[in-house]
Amino acid sequence: MSTEFLKVEGLGKRFPGAAEPVFDGVNFDIAEGEFVCIIGHSGCGKTTILNVLAGLESATTGHVFMDRREVAGPGLERGVVFQGHALMPWLTVRGNIGFAVRSRWPDWSRSRVDEHVEKYVALVGLSGAIDKRPSALSGGMKQRVGIARAFAIQPRMLLLDEPFGALDALTRGTIQDELLRICAQTHQTVFMITHDVDEAILLADRILLMSNGPQARVAEIVNNTMPRDRQRATLHHDPQYYRIRNHLVDFLVARSKDLSHGRAPAQPLHVSPGLDPEPAPEPSPQGTVVPLRHVA
Amino acid sequence: MKLSLGLRAGLVSVLLLALVLAVWHLATLTSSPAVPAAAATLTPEQVEYARLMGKDPAASGATSPVQKAGFPTLGQMGAVVLKNLSDPFFDNGPNDKGIGVQLAYSLGRVGLGYLLAALVAIPLGFVIGMSPLLQRALDPFIQVLKPISPLAWMPLALYTIKDSAISGIFVIFICSIWPMLLNTAFGVASVRREWLNVARTLEVTRMRTAFEVILPAAAPTILTGMRISMGIAWLVIVAAEMLVGGTGIGYFVWNEWNNLSLPNVIFAILMIGVVGMLLDLLFARLQRAVTYVD
Repeated sequence: MSTEFLKVEGLGKRFPGAAEPVFDGVNFDIAEGEFVCIIGHSGCGKTTILNVLAGLESATTGHVFMDRREVAGPGLERGVVFQGHALMPWLTVRGNIGFAVRSRWPDWSRSRVDEHVEKYVALVGLSGAIDKRPSALSGGMKQRVGIARAFAIQPRMLLLDEPFGALDALTRGTIQDELLRICAQTHQTVFMITHDVDEAILLADRILLMSNGPQARVAEIVNNTMPRDRQRATLHHDPQYYRIRNHLVDFLVARSKDLSHGRAPAQPLHVSPGLDPEPAPEPSPQGTVVPLRHVA
Repeated sequence: MKLSLGLRAGLVSVLLLALVLAVWHLATLTSSPAVPAAAATLTPEQVEYARLMGKDPAASGATSPVQKAGFPTLGQMGAVVLKNLSDPFFDNGPNDKGIGVQLAYSLGRVGLGYLLAALVAIPLGFVIGMSPLLQRALDPFIQVLKPISPLAWMPLALYTIKDSAISGIFVIFICSIWPMLLNTAFGVASVRREWLNVARTLEVTRMRTAFEVILPAAAPTILTGMRISMGIAWLVIVAAEMLVGGTGIGYFVWNEWNNLSLPNVIFAILMIGVVGMLLDLLFARLQRAVTYVD
């Protein structure tokens, strides 16, 4: 497992007319098969970073390398799940995923494309709705189709832009479980934006914490020290969960705004809450901490 | 019992029609004076003149008073409608063709001009919609050319093309091009960014993006433009054929006016309306076929 599957070096973006860059000096890397979440307040440029990784936008400074080759534009080896699902409303579920599959393998026969589409639709549990149009699907189902479309082209890396932001808590939970299961099956490398601390702890191997903009940076990289086979139902019984969670919430509530305007270190700190030598804030005994979001 | 809305609306429509027909009937009843008892009151010179003009006062006066110049009664109107519809496709020479033949000429001109306009407007609209530069560069020309009445082009067309039939088609072309061009450009320019991004991340070629993403995304807007264009083309063809002459429903109206045959004029007006409605229905159906729910 190479530690430098994806490498981001000194990335910065200044929008035309703005005095200060939204972010600059963003450095991090992602190993193959790793699930990385990025958390930060609105306006710190998370979506822009994801778009640069996808090749849809270009950065003002810095470089992105994937497998030691510079990312210069969008490509099939990076699948994107968009914030607003971005399904084409005139196509059925089959049509939408088929469009992606035919783009990936233009020489495939119709039946082969169909077979492949059906396999990935089954993976997200939507076989019953395969010939429906997006307008006939609920928000959660649409987002599942978006995920199936991204997985179906078997990208080397998956980029998810707040995929569950518009979903209710129950639906979100089921899809998180599904995503976790699929990623475990396929050893998919994932980079995901989220606003939800619990979601990050459940899904990610490492969590990138961004300071506030302008001149936002990846200030800390938090290692998720919980076992990888963690589950939504038992997650909050592990005392380690609260140590990580408190660390993340502390950062977002208290420290992230003091680190704006480039006050964050360019090379992010690596921390493992609860396991680091320096004393982490003593976690409250289990049961008295009320999670921000109750997970069913 | 409560009747459905559709049924009630239908009843009101029928009532309104009956009302209009009743007013028509009453108006023509009171205004039609007793026709001068034909042959008896005419001098021999007048009778001979009438014969020379192709009318036999002895015959016509006796049977039914032919009242070509006046507004027809309902009965006369009905007779004209039946006569025209019973044999719509006869062709007895330049000025004596069935209503079906005349409509076919008009539809042919509209179809040809419209098709040419679509062939120019839709690809051009695509290019304009995709290129902000071209959009700005061509905008002044479009804004000036668009409000010109299509008939104003007629003298120029007749002079340059030197053929009245083709000039008619050109007029249809020039009037139906603008709504299609503008709607296509607008539809293409407002295709959602995220659909294009999906295509980009999938490394879809430009051609495939145009046909499989932009075209279906913009199709409802394009079809709206095509529907408006067809409506305008059908309005303009009548006026154009009145000017150009020879054949077509517009020429038929003008010819019957010259014949002072108001029943035929009224009948032609009704037919123009019916055909226009059918064309619009056709496009409404096409529009429904490409519309998607977002």
